[in-house]
Amino acid sequence: MSAAESWTIAGVRTALEAKKVSARELASEFYRRIDQRNPELNAYLALSPERAYAQADRVDAAIARGEALPPLAGVPVAVKDVLSTRGVRTTCGSKILETYVPPYDATAVERLENAGAVILGKTNCDEFAMGSSNENSAYGLVRNPVAPDRVPGGSSGGSAAVVAAGLAVASLGTDTGGSIRQPGALCGIPALMPTYGRVSRYGLIAFASSLDKIGPFTTTVSDAAAVMSVIAGHDAHDSTSAAVPVPNYSTEMEKPVTGLRIGVPQDYFGKGIDPEVKAKVEAGIALLESLGCKRVPLSMPNTDYAIAVYYIIATAEASSNLARYDGVRYGVRVPGSTLIEMYRKTRERGFGSEVKRRIMLGTYVLSAGYYDAYYLRAQKVRSLIAQDFSDAFQKVDAIITPTSPVPAFRIGEKTADPLQMYLADIYTVTGSLAGIPGISVPCGKTAAGLPVGMQIFGPHFREDRVLQVARAFEKSGGFTV
Amino acid sequence: MKISREDVLRVAELAYLELTPEEIETYQGQLDGILTYIEKLNELDVSSVEPMAQGLFKQPEAAGAADAHPELREDVLCPADVSSAILAQAPDAAAPFFRVPKVIER
Repeated sequence: MSAAESWTIAGVRTALEAKKVSARELASEFYRRIDQRNPELNAYLALSPERAYAQADRVDAAIARGEALPPLAGVPVAVKDVLSTRGVRTTCGSKILETYVPPYDATAVERLENAGAVILGKTNCDEFAMGSSNENSAYGLVRNPVAPDRVPGGSSGGSAAVVAAGLAVASLGTDTGGSIRQPGALCGIPALMPTYGRVSRYGLIAFASSLDKIGPFTTTVSDAAAVMSVIAGHDAHDSTSAAVPVPNYSTEMEKPVTGLRIGVPQDYFGKGIDPEVKAKVEAGIALLESLGCKRVPLSMPNTDYAIAVYYIIATAEASSNLARYDGVRYGVRVPGSTLIEMYRKTRERGFGSEVKRRIMLGTYVLSAGYYDAYYLRAQKVRSLIAQDFSDAFQKVDAIITPTSPVPAFRIGEKTADPLQMYLADIYTVTGSLAGIPGISVPCGKTAAGLPVGMQIFGPHFREDRVLQVARAFEKSGGFTV
Repeated sequence: MKISREDVLRVAELAYLELTPEEIETYQGQLDGILTYIEKLNELDVSSVEPMAQGLFKQPEAAGAADAHPELREDVLCPADVSSAILAQAPDAAAPFFRVPKVIER
């Protein structure tokens, strides 16, 4: 086992079955890498070696007994710190949960572990998943492993960084407006946002409930399919999880793409896009055309309204969801002489500035006299955006856009102006609002060596098709186009 | 300015946030910028559009998606012996209660 070896899920399986490595040795190797690299990257917030080694030993025992191995046996994975992990501190990147140790596991975490995965630890993120650069964590920023003076994207910046840096084979992130796909693009790895309702959110600490989704970061499309096959599917513990059958993504993704109609909305290539990003994504689309896909130009005029809609709906829901942090039941309490004073002091000291800004905005748009003008109007425009996608998928099988208008930006570059930071999500929030699945795949690099991401959207519950296009793109060398 | 200093203070009170004088000023400016940007939604005529309150929209392609959300489950009691684990997370607990500053005045 070489120190620089890059592991995939299939690679782990082969090595374990051939007894070239044990699950314990593999976990130990990843912890060694983390010790070496994490002080610089700050991508892990907490490590869970006790739990990881116990799981690795179970896998090794099963191998010794000659048992059939579950799909993710021995695979070292990381989990974003907004997902509850029994006995392992879960902070959401916030001071207000500095002391919180969940008494239960999120369903997605439980399913990973039941499939044999070894959970190495919890990854850094923007506080309560609010941000596009991972600069809003109360526990310090995360550096992009590809370019350490730059951000990894956010909010799942830690989950993207650990996989890109080889400090986990796969990780879970969450996506509310782009928080999986954008960091995937900025760190140069595949990153999948499933359909709303596809993956149970039981145990996900809520940000915006009509938008939050859980999905994987991996280094290959095959690995994304393998993780999705484990975490997708109905869960009685989440009333918003959908009872739609889960296909075998690993076999579905191998279907040829010849004849698929690929929609390309002109609205995603206009002002604000970096010319190198545009050129790379155009080259990516040309590659798919060379594989027999048919390019169909689309117009999705409501795209331009998506950020405004998103920042009304997401902040409104956040202001409601985050009302629970009051210093009474969990997390940090700052004493006060009255109950109200205790709430106010706890929230003032416990929340960071972006979280407070969004709670303020959300409270404002929901407050008496403004509800119709802001919140209700935003919900209606959300319908228009979803309708745009619905109409488009009558004509095309998948839609391709850039993931982010710009490659990874410098640390500190966008922190002064929240609106500029929000606009980093301009190509990802549309799919979030519509509830459809989307993947970001690597699509070459800029002249400065910064990764570019190409986004593939599919219709509701068609992660299989999104993966199919992504897999064909990967196989034909699209990642380095 | 779309949002006054008084608006900021009122919203902070509704949200149980205690802001410093600097925060009040910063948020007033930033919220004003964001609210101005959001005004672009007024360009659209949405008088005949239904609001979308849920994450899922129409799903013409998804097989069986009409039944994506099965009927609500039976409302049955099941054992949940979790109170001590939950109270263990509380900043101040006196089992079986959470302890808070006095609420009712004499």
